[in-house]
Amino acid sequence: MRSIIDVLDLTVEEINELIQVALDIIEKPEKYAEVCKGKKLATLFFEPSTRTRLSFEAAMYELGGNVLGFSEAASSSAAKGESVADTAKTISCYADIIAMRHPKEGAPYVAAQNASVPVINAGDGGHNHPTQTLADLLTIYREKGKFADLTVGFCGDLKFGRTVHSLINALSRYKNINIVLISPEELKLPSYVKKDVLKKNGIPYEQTTDLEAVMPKLDILYMTRVQRERFFNEEDYLRLKDSYILTPEKLKNAKEDLSIMHPLPRVNEISVSIDKDPRAVYFKQVLNGKYMRMALILKLLKEAGLL
Amino acid sequence: MNIDSIYNGVVIDHITAGRGMMLYELLGFSKLDCSIALIKNVSSKKMGKKDIIKIDADISLDFDVIGYVDPDATVNIIKEGKLIEKKSIEKPETLVNVIKCKNPRCISSCEQEIDHIFKLTDKENGVYRCIYCETQANK
Repeated sequence: MRSIIDVLDLTVEEINELIQVALDIIEKPEKYAEVCKGKKLATLFFEPSTRTRLSFEAAMYELGGNVLGFSEAASSSAAKGESVADTAKTISCYADIIAMRHPKEGAPYVAAQNASVPVINAGDGGHNHPTQTLADLLTIYREKGKFADLTVGFCGDLKFGRTVHSLINALSRYKNINIVLISPEELKLPSYVKKDVLKKNGIPYEQTTDLEAVMPKLDILYMTRVQRERFFNEEDYLRLKDSYILTPEKLKNAKEDLSIMHPLPRVNEISVSIDKDPRAVYFKQVLNGKYMRMALILKLLKEAGLL
Repeated sequence: MNIDSIYNGVVIDHITAGRGMMLYELLGFSKLDCSIALIKNVSSKKMGKKDIIKIDADISLDFDVIGYVDPDATVNIIKEGKLIEKKSIEKPETLVNVIKCKNPRCISSCEQEIDHIFKLTDKENGVYRCIYCETQANK
């Protein structure tokens, strides 16, 4: 049974196929309105989420399917001490496909090992979030029309930011990608990502703490939130949370066709005044996430012989 | 320092100095009743210093554990006072229930009866990562 735990579980060709399906959904939504009629998606969210859970649910409804699930661990059997493995086996009896978010890293993998239906990782702690990366890739494709020959800046929490790690992993498979890593010292990209992904794939990268200095060269600026929930120590969080705040002033030297992305939710790292700037594409990113989730649900249900 | 030679048993030799105790613990030698010698920091022409473990009993060993801790170690099987076999050691592709992930955010820290599995992700440098959270195992 095929599950998607990491964006690298999908080949470049498969990602291209998903993008083509997503573009077709955007163009002809009526064609897909009933393709999942009678199918059920279980959204097992052991950790709070607005965007991802509702995006999965909206995706399934727009495919004509139904949704069941829970939105916090307290309202699931996990509160009674049930294991992830048992939950996955149980839910497989009710649903055709599972989307799981869990605070523990690797939990969706454990679910996939035990479920008899496909499992999609909807975020596991600070580890992976493949459907966010699919949303990011569709956004880059729609904004730039390509994945090659781009300079992509990642700014903020590059240490705990799972979306950053996943997107760097995904982009490392394309040609002529330059990466610029902008973060405070304490939140630098982990050395294993640099070694195992960037150096291994020969991706040129630079590290800096100065966002404005590198702004003119960027085609894409991927902002991130410093996530309170990833810190063991509140003091560290408070000290680092305002490290980078993007304001119109900081965009003065930016390219006219820069795309400003953010996986959301935002706290204060992008000034609200930037929302009106046509270069801000983070709400388009949200919409693109729904289309890619639709494409992924379709792919996995087809591969499982359920469509 | 003299340790008697063994008549029937196993000698794990050429252990990188400092790794003998880890090997002793991971191979579960503390549970054995037979005579065991762990000799640390023995002078070695080839290695400078090395550790040696001698087990005075015909026991079976988990070679995956030895391959993980120290693939350069050698295992000599002794029968009736004679060396009858030298076993070659290789880094195992997978480690099952040998070590535990130290990442407190990993699902293996709380899931019931889960197998603790690590995969060899960098053969050259002997890097093992947890299959659940990809955290690197530290020796």
